[in-house]
Amino acid sequence: MQTLTLRRYLVLGVVTLASAFGDTSLAVGMKRLGPVPLSHPDALLTALQTPWVFAGILLLLVWTGCYLTALSWADLTFVLPATSLAYVAVALLSRFWLHEQISPARWLGIALITAGVGFVTQGPAYTPRESAETA
Amino acid sequence: MINPGSGAAIALMIGAIVLTATAGDVLLASAMRAVGDLDHIKADRGLRGAIWAVVSESRFLAGGACMALSFFSLLFSLSHADVSLIAPAAGSLTFVSNAVAAKWVLHENVDRRRWLAAALVCCGVALLKH
Repeated sequence: MQTLTLRRYLVLGVVTLASAFGDTSLAVGMKRLGPVPLSHPDALLTALQTPWVFAGILLLLVWTGCYLTALSWADLTFVLPATSLAYVAVALLSRFWLHEQISPARWLGIALITAGVGFVTQGPAYTPRESAETA
Repeated sequence: MINPGSGAAIALMIGAIVLTATAGDVLLASAMRAVGDLDHIKADRGLRGAIWAVVSESRFLAGGACMALSFFSLLFSLSHADVSLIAPAAGSLTFVSNAVAAKWVLHENVDRRRWLAAALVCCGVALLKH
């Protein structure tokens, strides 16, 4: 039986925050770079040299490490909902940092997503397998 | 030629992100299942041993390739549309497609609670498009 310790909840928290800040950093970098034309997809390689895009990539590397760790002791359908507050964090960062407009309908959508995926965490985190029973 | 800023183009971009991300998530989850609890492996073999256990798993490499494709799709789309639309829409749809894939491919116990959550997420995504 897998139990979630405080340390494991912290790992899920880092997954959430690294995802939100990583995506937003990428957005800041790409907005400053301007639209990438379909005829020049190689411009995406130039984007990797933009500080914001680079910072976004670093955060997503942190996200990758924590995400893989979480997947080693919890189901995919538990980890994804458990880290759903990233949607709310992205919306707040977009509104107050990037000054993007978020309509009331979008806010309601974000609330529904968070409610839907939030209560799923009330259930078990892991589906026992024959191969995992000895873990 | 589709206008990169049009609704159809944004839907295509979101579709590409969702498809590649789902394939990546399922492959990574399957790889981590095969590897086992990383906390235990790290305690036994150290951080280097844990990293080696992950990167020597072929499904991890395939999943990583899919995630890289998804990443570049995301990077491309973020230069054409707001992050507050792309990130929640792609992320939420990926959650739904992952629930289906987790049930049928990974054989996870996707119970009524998890399906209901997927339905709520679908409604949320529909509202996000307004």
